[in-house]
Amino acid sequence: MDLIFQGIKKAFYLLVTFDPEVMGITLLSLRVSGTATLISLLLGISTGTLIALTQFPGKRFVVSLVNTGMGLPPVVVGLLVTIFLWRNGPLGFLGILYTPMAMILAQAVIATPIIMGITVAAIQQLPNKLRLQILALGATRVQMVWILIKEARLPLLAGVMAGFGGVVSEVGASIMVGGNIKGYTRVLTTATVMETSRGNFDVAIALGVILLMLAYTVNLILTTIQQKEKNR
Amino acid sequence: MPNSLRQTKKRVCWRWIGAFCFLMFFLSPSTFVSADQRSVILATTTSLQDCGLLDLLIPIFQRRTGYFVKTIAVGSGQAIAMGRKGEADVLLVHSPEDENQLMREGNGVNRRRVMENDFMIVGPMEDPANIQGMRSARDAFRKIALSSWLFLSRGDHSGTHAKEKMVWSLLRINPEGEKWYQQTGLGMGETLNVASEKRGYTLTDLGTYLALKKNLRLKVLAQGDPLLLNPYHVIEINPIKWRKVNAAGSRAFSEFLLSKDAQEIIKTFGANRFGSPLFTDTGKKREILGR
Repeated sequence: MDLIFQGIKKAFYLLVTFDPEVMGITLLSLRVSGTATLISLLLGISTGTLIALTQFPGKRFVVSLVNTGMGLPPVVVGLLVTIFLWRNGPLGFLGILYTPMAMILAQAVIATPIIMGITVAAIQQLPNKLRLQILALGATRVQMVWILIKEARLPLLAGVMAGFGGVVSEVGASIMVGGNIKGYTRVLTTATVMETSRGNFDVAIALGVILLMLAYTVNLILTTIQQKEKNR
Repeated sequence: MPNSLRQTKKRVCWRWIGAFCFLMFFLSPSTFVSADQRSVILATTTSLQDCGLLDLLIPIFQRRTGYFVKTIAVGSGQAIAMGRKGEADVLLVHSPEDENQLMREGNGVNRRRVMENDFMIVGPMEDPANIQGMRSARDAFRKIALSSWLFLSRGDHSGTHAKEKMVWSLLRINPEGEKWYQQTGLGMGETLNVASEKRGYTLTDLGTYLALKKNLRLKVLAQGDPLLLNPYHVIEINPIKWRKVNAAGSRAFSEFLLSKDAQEIIKTFGANRFGSPLFTDTGKKREILGR
């Protein structure tokens, strides 16, 4: 128990003193996971809306595939992305293995199905007649899709939170494709793993506390937007 | 202009500024800097990163040569596997048999000894197998096996795991599948924690044990057998076989490790924190294994 209090104390100490290394690690976490979430947002919402609004044979199969993807194990994603990005692998010419870029890629692969799955559910739960009504009022197809996405913004924001929460807290893929390189690809989760194996449990807990605070801040902002929209 | 309209305009303006800052933050170029000719991929063991030695050596190397070292700290087995695929430029590992295999396959060049220390057998305070003070690793392992007291193996193809398997095979004991023999599949630090919690024996390197000692209920019971010598070698990956290897960078790094300055740091590393140095340099000749 002592360790936990020590860890929390350490977290505040590191934050108040603006410890440059911890600040760098925290900022990188936010940046990598934020960018990955942005990419997943574009891919997930567009593809998710497309799946939800169109009818095609095997749709049930595709949707269940997407829903399974929501539980993709990060280590497996990490391993696959690593193999692709290896120097002698199919995408080796990019030369991005062990860079923040590779971490963004892996995290986007993890977050996209989460956001896509929630998008499919969010769009499908809108009343069917809404589409007809919008079209009847003279909207073009593009306008209709845009209005539907806006209608579903509450669950979509929940999807964004789930996606961001999923990638900012994962460690398996980040450590594999990023390599936990000091000052370059070390993020909060990989640093926590390293400090744990170094026996610096207080620092590890402190990093965990900082990660929670970061996630809380991001979610607070998103929730504020979400609830404001709701009260309109 | 009516007041409400001005407010709306103001709000819209803030929104755009917010969105702009947000995008600038995420899309700023530094996130997207990718690898260049000046980076060297070093695949090494977790123990060297965890004890802090690399944090001391690498900044000096980077300052002197301008190379950027990407340290990938994994088990020796995985590090050697990366070398075998040409996915690392230089290895710093401690698993002599696997290293020899790598050299025979022609994947490595210029294998040189950088430093060494010892493995030791640690176990619960009350020492149920009664191995305290034994020098021979073989005798100590045999006694643990005979007592059927819990022994924790890394089971992860690391250098430590390879050494442990070597001792068992010298005894012609196959502990796999025995009730008293459990494989954690984890790193040294985690395995020590498991051994401490379950009151079992395990084989460990000195550095990790000393670093974690304050949280462990384990003590050193047997050490000093030449068989438990733990040599670290640097290996450059063969640039003729693997064309994408940064040959100049890997050569520079291995030269640096063997330089007088680096050897001096290695020789004294840990003396302040742990009371005694964690490694001995190459100058001190002892029985050489695996070479």
